[in-house]
Amino acid sequence: MPPDKYSSGTIPHDDHDRELLDNVHPPTWRNPQPADKYTLVVLGAGTAGLVAAHAAAALGAKVAIIERNLLGGDSLNVGCVPSKTIIRTARLYAEMRNAENYGAQVPGDIRVDFPAVMERMRRVRARISRNDSARRLISAGVDVYFGEARFTGPNAVAVEGKTLRFKKALIATGARSVTPSVPGLVEAGYLTNENVFDLTDRPPCLLVIGGGPLGCELAQAFCRLGSKTIIAHDEPLFLPKEERDAAQLVSDAFARDGIEIRLNTTAVNVRVEGKQKLVDLVNDDNKSTVAVDEILTEIGRAPNVEGLNLEAAGVEYDAHIGIRVNDFLQTTNSRIYAAGDACLEHKFTHTADASARIAVQNALFLGRKKLSALTIPWCTYTDPEVAHVGLYARQAREKDIPVKTFTVPMHDVDRAIADGEEEGFVKIHVRESTDKILGATVVARHAGEMINEISLAIVSGIGLSTLARVIHAYPTQAGAIKMAADAYNRTRLTPARKWLSTRWLRW
Amino acid sequence: MAELPHPLSDEAFLDKLQQSAFDYFLEAANPANGLIADTTRDHAPASIAVVGFALSAYPVGVERGWMPRVDAAERTLVTLRFFWNSDQTERPEATGYKGFYYHFLDLKSGARVWRSELSIVDSALLLAGVLTARSYFTENTQNETEIRELADALYRRADWQWARTGKGTVCHGWKPECGFLNYEWQGYNEAFIVYVLGLGSPTHPLSESGYRAWTATYQWEHLYGCDFLYAGPLFIHQFSHAWIDFRGIQDRFMREKRSDYFENSRRATYIQREYALRNPHGFKDYGENCWGLTADDGPGAGTLSIAGREHRVFAYAARGVPYGPDDGTISGPAALGSLPFAPEIALPAVRHLYERYPEAARNYRLASSFNPTLSGSGPHGWLSEGYFGLDQGIVVLMIENYRSQLIWRLMRRCPPIGAGLRRAGFRGGWL
Ligand SMILES: Cc1cc2nc3c(=O)[nH]c(=O)nc-3n(C[C@H](O)[C@H](O)[C@H](O)COP(=O)(O)OP(=O)(O)OC[C@H]3O[C@@H](n4cnc5c(N)ncnc54)[C@H](O)[C@@H]3O)c2cc1C
Repeated sequence: MPPDKYSSGTIPHDDHDRELLDNVHPPTWRNPQPADKYTLVVLGAGTAGLVAAHAAAALGAKVAIIERNLLGGDSLNVGCVPSKTIIRTARLYAEMRNAENYGAQVPGDIRVDFPAVMERMRRVRARISRNDSARRLISAGVDVYFGEARFTGPNAVAVEGKTLRFKKALIATGARSVTPSVPGLVEAGYLTNENVFDLTDRPPCLLVIGGGPLGCELAQAFCRLGSKTIIAHDEPLFLPKEERDAAQLVSDAFARDGIEIRLNTTAVNVRVEGKQKLVDLVNDDNKSTVAVDEILTEIGRAPNVEGLNLEAAGVEYDAHIGIRVNDFLQTTNSRIYAAGDACLEHKFTHTADASARIAVQNALFLGRKKLSALTIPWCTYTDPEVAHVGLYARQAREKDIPVKTFTVPMHDVDRAIADGEEEGFVKIHVRESTDKILGATVVARHAGEMINEISLAIVSGIGLSTLARVIHAYPTQAGAIKMAADAYNRTRLTPARKWLSTRWLRW
Repeated sequence: MAELPHPLSDEAFLDKLQQSAFDYFLEAANPANGLIADTTRDHAPASIAVVGFALSAYPVGVERGWMPRVDAAERTLVTLRFFWNSDQTERPEATGYKGFYYHFLDLKSGARVWRSELSIVDSALLLAGVLTARSYFTENTQNETEIRELADALYRRADWQWARTGKGTVCHGWKPECGFLNYEWQGYNEAFIVYVLGLGSPTHPLSESGYRAWTATYQWEHLYGCDFLYAGPLFIHQFSHAWIDFRGIQDRFMREKRSDYFENSRRATYIQREYALRNPHGFKDYGENCWGLTADDGPGAGTLSIAGREHRVFAYAARGVPYGPDDGTISGPAALGSLPFAPEIALPAVRHLYERYPEAARNYRLASSFNPTLSGSGPHGWLSEGYFGLDQGIVVLMIENYRSQLIWRLMRRCPPIGAGLRRAGFRGGWL
């Protein structure tokens, strides 16, 4: 179970955290008297739960939502919002150090004021928390309950001694960080996304275990904020889901930033000596020990399925994969649906949001909306960012789809050159001999902003050739997408067509 | 001093480069066991891949009149006998295991050094040399007969199935200390020869599905106006191709793409030049006739600053285009290794190198690499010290393939190559 920060007293720190709590877990909260029966009871008030509750209430349903900790869930409190906020400051420091590259002076004294970085994060988080507030839920007509939700039967949930009966329920309990089973780790103490954003002092030396998206983002951010950072990852490349070139570019960026990279490396033991944590690392036949102040682990996310008494509700689940759902997000109890990290492979805020909308549609209106019909982009907010949508070339090949990739290195893009942001590429995969876009990967400073155009094209069935007809403001980095589209059109100029056009022009 | 204008014809120029590279294998050899030093540097161990190149270079030496046939046969025989009789136990200081060999061996004793890995790809390059010898030494003398027998035995001993991963791909290597390494050979790279030899094995063959798993990771990309099967470093487009004549033969992938692996290496070469013309990092001298990013020696770990921009520089590394690493280091052997594919750009590049950076081609032998952006005693800037066996090997073989296609012709007659290619789905052309 994740620690309940509110009751364990790790927050509030300050006025910002007080504002946050006023919004997402008001201190003097009293749970309402339950209605006789709710049209929809939502378990968990992260992104998926909140979206579902608001959507269902807007459609006129009688809705209750149950949250054991903070409204807004991971994304607002201990995920996207705080991580992206400190990443922004980390980038700024990186740019200051790199000022000469832009013909600017490196400021004389670049000192990272870590407490100020974290204060800004808390201020931003408090402000964004207004969207997720209890107040907004109440004014939308939703009954808000704080406490641990637990099924008592196929159509009832208990919370804080009260029983809520439902026609339909949605499980949106999210996921949590998986703890690596390294002897001595728990005893030595470690950080996860749950508590890393509570830090007020910068760890002088940090070991990050896990080179997936979250580990990579935070390793780079802490390094840029001045922690001596080591990242250990047990595979040959970071971001194992992404294509090799993307992962390699991230690795190169890490090396430039001064992160100590330990690929193909497993932490096997932790012990404490004085104030330091000594971690034994193994890479093939090489063994070494690093001494650090803090260990941050991000090796994966496990769905929150325990303690819900799912058995009583007849809802099947798997401790690793999560709640078992069909393509309509319906669980093995036809009245109960699931959405977000609790059941999805792709654990993102935007998929939590999209799946919640599908689940509400299907649960309340006998809809037949399918999860598999979604086009899901994602982005890892390292610098450069790595964004992807649709199929990877490898997946296309495994499905026997002939695939061709149009590649534009960012060093060919005027705006990227002007911005001094040339690391990266746009790769758009199309079905061979057609302009049908199968997928794309973008590695660029703002890849997350750029991928949306390609998602739009895929969702609306726009081919690469049509993208060439879309005028892109010049100069923009997204112009790289147009360049890929132009390259596609040039390949359509077959020898026969070229011959014809030459004849025409000579005539 | 540079000689301008160059007095040698192309043919004579190539002949000098080739012979000078060939001589490496005589100078760096231990005649007692046939092992060849990895580099000319002090205390360099033997590299099994370099031995593979040496075994393939001897027939070239015979045909060019640089070495009597009996000497070549003798050297070859010594080498094959050494490997056949070498320690193949699990002992950490053995020479090999399961018919494969450790990457680096003690030049004298042949024992494993540097705790190096039992390297599948380097073993494959060694076996490619072994099979070249088998195809070349066809006379009925006692020595040549024994060469053929030992070559067969060595090839049959390699247990490719043992080296397979769960996915059917081949693992990079194995160490007695920790077992299999956590890397697998996925396409597209220098391990092509691993799959061809593994599929062709009469004793422990890889499966066709392993080849499919290898090609599943292929990336067919349109870059700089050109379609090609992407791989960044140039040697990837050369090493297997030194032995296998890919002209006009196609596997399923190349049939779909209406290309072949020879044509692909040609395009990869043009893309290297195109990259050098763009020269995104602003390194000195890159251009029309100065290109070639590959696995090569480098100035060493550190940083260099160009116009306020920090660049990391590397020691020996697999440099590549377009995503690097690129630290301004250029390899002459990489350009020459593309001679059969794109002579119209490779030859001018090597001519240019010879004229502008004479120190990088002293006595017509190409240094591994140089870096004009870094300061040095001449226009070459930083210059790799001594010579590397792999560089000399690719130079001998690729010049020969350009001049007479000798290696390709020999290997076209080599049953395991034909069998391996056919099992990989290759059809057409000389097959
Ligand atoms: C460090 C970090 C960075 C991230 N960055 C990004 C990013 O940049 N972009 C992106 O798209 N995604 C990102 N994510 C992922 C994103 O945060 C999650 O995918 C998203 O929060 C999932 O929303 P959810 O509603 O499914 O679950 P959650 O946000 O986890 O919400 C579930 C809620 O259910 C509550 N709950 C659980 N069990 C019970 C119970 N029994 N009773 C009552 N309540 C319960 C929990 O307290 C929680 O509030 C990041 C995650 C982390 C950890």
